[in-house]
Amino acid sequence: MRRQIEGAKGVAEVVAACRPQVICAYPITPQTHIVEGLGALVRTGALRGCEFVNVESEFAAMSVAIGASAAGARAYTATASQGLLFMSEALYNASGLGLPVVMTVANRAIGAPINIWNDHSDAMSQRDSGWIQLYAETNQEAIDLHVQAFRLAEEMSVPVMVCMDGFVLTHAFEPLEVPTQEDVDAFLPPFTPRQVLDPSEPVSIGAMVGPEAFTEVRYLAFHRQREALGRIPEIAAEFAAAFGRDSGGLLHTYRCEDARTVVLAMGSVLGTLKDTVDALRDEGVAIGVVGLTSFRPFPMAAVREAVGGAERLIVLERAFSVGVGGIVSADVHMAVAGLGQLHHTVIAGLGGRPVTRASLRRMMLEAVEGRLEPLTFLDLDRDLIDRELARVRARPRSGPAAENILRDVGVVGARPH
Amino acid sequence: MGTREIRYFQVGSHAVGNRLLDPEQRTVQADPERANALTCGHRACQGCGEALGARYVVDAALRATAGRLVAVNATGCLEVFSTPYPETSWQLPWLHSLFGNAPAVATGVAAALRAQGHEDVRVLAQGGDGGTVDIGFGCLSGMFERDDDVLYVCYDNQGYMNTGVQRSGATPPGARTATTEAVGDAPGAPFGQGKDVPRIAMAHGVGYVATATVADLRDLEGKVERAMEVRGARYLHVLVPCPLGWGSPPALTIRIARLATQTGLFPVYEARDGEVTGVTTIRRHVPVEEYLRPQKRFAHLFSHPSGPAALARIQEMADRNIERYRLLGDGGAT
Ligand SMILES: Cc1ncc(C[n+]2csc(CCOP(=O)(O)OP(=O)(O)O)c2C)c(N)n1
Ligand code: SF4
Ligand SMILES: [Mg+2]
Repeated sequence: MRRQIEGAKGVAEVVAACRPQVICAYPITPQTHIVEGLGALVRTGALRGCEFVNVESEFAAMSVAIGASAAGARAYTATASQGLLFMSEALYNASGLGLPVVMTVANRAIGAPINIWNDHSDAMSQRDSGWIQLYAETNQEAIDLHVQAFRLAEEMSVPVMVCMDGFVLTHAFEPLEVPTQEDVDAFLPPFTPRQVLDPSEPVSIGAMVGPEAFTEVRYLAFHRQREALGRIPEIAAEFAAAFGRDSGGLLHTYRCEDARTVVLAMGSVLGTLKDTVDALRDEGVAIGVVGLTSFRPFPMAAVREAVGGAERLIVLERAFSVGVGGIVSADVHMAVAGLGQLHHTVIAGLGGRPVTRASLRRMMLEAVEGRLEPLTFLDLDRDLIDRELARVRARPRSGPAAENILRDVGVVGARPH
Repeated sequence: MGTREIRYFQVGSHAVGNRLLDPEQRTVQADPERANALTCGHRACQGCGEALGARYVVDAALRATAGRLVAVNATGCLEVFSTPYPETSWQLPWLHSLFGNAPAVATGVAAALRAQGHEDVRVLAQGGDGGTVDIGFGCLSGMFERDDDVLYVCYDNQGYMNTGVQRSGATPPGARTATTEAVGDAPGAPFGQGKDVPRIAMAHGVGYVATATVADLRDLEGKVERAMEVRGARYLHVLVPCPLGWGSPPALTIRIARLATQTGLFPVYEARDGEVTGVTTIRRHVPVEEYLRPQKRFAHLFSHPSGPAALARIQEMADRNIERYRLLGDGGAT
């Protein structure tokens, strides 16, 4: 039954249906409504057999999840942005210990300058943490991905992040279907780990490993994620059979048949991209879209197959690596190595800047007409940049730039430094 | 554990031979069936106070819980010397996650046990002083505040020993460490305000707080057992001399721990719900020099011109403890 509900509420309800036994909560915008929703479900008794722990930091949240998972409980938490960074050390630990924690990341920019709005800098910063990262395109997909995430995590012994765009998805109200308890129970068996902290069968978990076996232990983590490349589409197919919805998988293609230009992206921006592509298709432009759901593991073969026929690739990214440019682009380029395509990276929608159809259309046409630079920042206000660069040239000193920029756009009355 | 008043004056301490006690009152270690939780073969230095303290603590906790115990360990000497892959010295379920998160990991274990209806299984968390008073302090405070069912034991060797003896928030003033060298006008660790975690635990209203040393292992066992009678957060702070870091002869580990208490520098007490309920009084009160002299980390205090002033300040700290905790008792030695 579809109900008009907020994305965060839908996620809270579906997580509850997955019967987590320990939930750790620490608030950060735009994740708050998810843990608030879960807290209420535990309080009212709708979610039974679950310990809801209000921790004192995200580092503690992930640490509590680690302890809970090692002791045999299904563990869940949610965070975003600064919170994800604050738990970074524990993220690597959870994956290193093979603990199948599931976490929602309500994607948000990272400061400074502090910014609460959506982009993918947070999850990208934890790209190499050993977690599987699945990106939801819509709220319905976010809901569905959680059910699949617990299955995947527990089967593969790898923690999973379900990434959903902050505000754009978390705070959007729309008709959503939350799977029923019976259906989730049928799809997701109880958590039965291979090793647990049990006095009747004592094991030491988390021993120190030296050079003699460290490479092998790390290789096995790599191997598990590679195996997950096979399981992710299978679980998505099982999900589709059970719930009647196509959600998840490695990637989705949209109007890619005979496309000479393909735009690759992740998350909610895919909706706008598809609309833009529809209009261009109507005008006869051979262009398509690939939406990546699985960023880690990265589906090299599937990407190559999906975009291999195109002449030109545009990777649209909601984050970037300072000093290089694209993050997702690097992986895409590896996937299509040797095909001789033209490559563009477009950095868009940082810190919540809207990615409009008009801008996307302009960018895509530039690409098709051969006028797009290899690396572009969409809708960058060149005038603002030039003014600040001129100031810096006039008085070269180190220090933050944000206040000057804000003054230029008329937000605060501070004098330039 | 039952206790019986026994006066055995020859030893100069409260230690008593097991022969004098009824079998059921004997120390856990006297029991041939003891858990021997930390088996030999681990890689601690000779005379390591931490290894000794941990074995007594975990064995006592295992006896108090009839073996229904899970341990969580912070990174540090105890973790490193006990679990070099592919070996482990631990005879109970044991989890090491990170340096600064042991209290939170223990909270997670306790929550998982509760959620699964295994409330008979108890949780012991352990860490060094660095892991406890410094990097894990936020997690520790959170665990206290929520009153999670965890006994947290800090093995205080007054420095970051595993990384090569650097200063921690528990390093005493005057002590030489690798980051507070015995050079300059005021050699060794500076005099600060100190970070008295047992009292901070009491300020959280933690149900059971105690301090102990490896000089009185019977007392240590008793405190672990009493801690296990209580549900909720509990804190035990154990002074464990480190021959390597303190520059003390391995054979003197226990004597030095005893001297720490006899000077008053390390008060041994028990507190419930934020109030001190019992103090181990000093039977032979000694000046701080007697404790400091056998340790090379304090050698400069006896040669450097600033030494006498520093010694006087350290003596003041000891005197302050004696007064605060009434360590000399009300009517002299007991
Ligand atoms: C986040 C982090 N910072 C630093 C370290 C390095 N480190 C490992 S053990 C240790 C010292 C431990 O000191 P303490 O907790 O007092 O235990 P001890 O070894 O003295 O028993 C340090 C600094 C680490 N493992 N993790
Ligand atoms: S350095 Fe100190 S604490 Fe570490 S093993 Fe050696 S004696 Fe024990
Ligand atoms: Mg230490």
